Amino acid sequence: MPELTDGCVKPAGGPALPGGEPAAPGLAGSILQEVNKVLARVGKEAIDFEASAFIAGEGFKTVKLSDYKGKWIILCFYPGDFTFV
Amino acid sequence: MAAVAALYNDFQALDVEVLSLSTDSRFVHKIWQKEELSKMVDGGVPFPMLSDGGGKIGTVYGVYDEAAGVDIRGRFIIDPDFVIRAMEVLTPEVGRNPDELLRQVKAFQHVVKTGEVTPSGWQPGETTLTPGPDLVGKVWEVWKP
Repeated sequence: MPELTDGCVKPAGGPALPGGEPAAPGLAGSILQEVNKVLARVGKEAIDFEASAFIAGEGFKTVKLSDYKGKWIILCFYPGDFTFV
Repeated sequence: MAAVAALYNDFQALDVEVLSLSTDSRFVHKIWQKEELSKMVDGGVPFPMLSDGGGKIGTVYGVYDEAAGVDIRGRFIIDPDFVIRAMEVLTPEVGRNPDELLRQVKAFQHVVKTGEVTPSGWQPGETTLTPGPDLVGKVWEVWKP
């Protein structure tokens, strides 16, 4: 059976927490419950992560923050699609 | 996000990659783009729209609201060495100012390139300062708000 590329559920790694390997899918949650703290600080290295994405013209793709290393990056969090502001 | 998308050419000219993140799935991002964003900005949002389901990424970046289950408005500027240069976090009711974001990127790029520092509200072409013993107590001579 051919592998589904865009299935209903497609885990992505989430944040790569300090102390080693990028968090494996399914593992990030359990590690995070122990850590569960803010790691982002100005002047400090950004925390890498992996997330699934929609990219106009390309479709669905899994991207890592570190894919963009070497360029200036703007990371914008917002409360949700279809919100008002 | 549409406001940032509207300035996307300016960001590209500065060699900046934009990534947006919310707790929505990639499927919702696609439909939001089709149904609304593409009607706000020509061509819609051209940058990757990432899904932070569960808020794990937002948690380590300090923007995940556990009670609401969403990432609040936080934006970060990361330099080519992967160092976070700036962050701005707002509660959801007030939108960001992409012009100020653009200004900060230009200022950080200038600082990295020249070693100079940029005073409050600096715009390209305006006076910069070169830190050193000679400048101590003399900033007023070269710069005033």
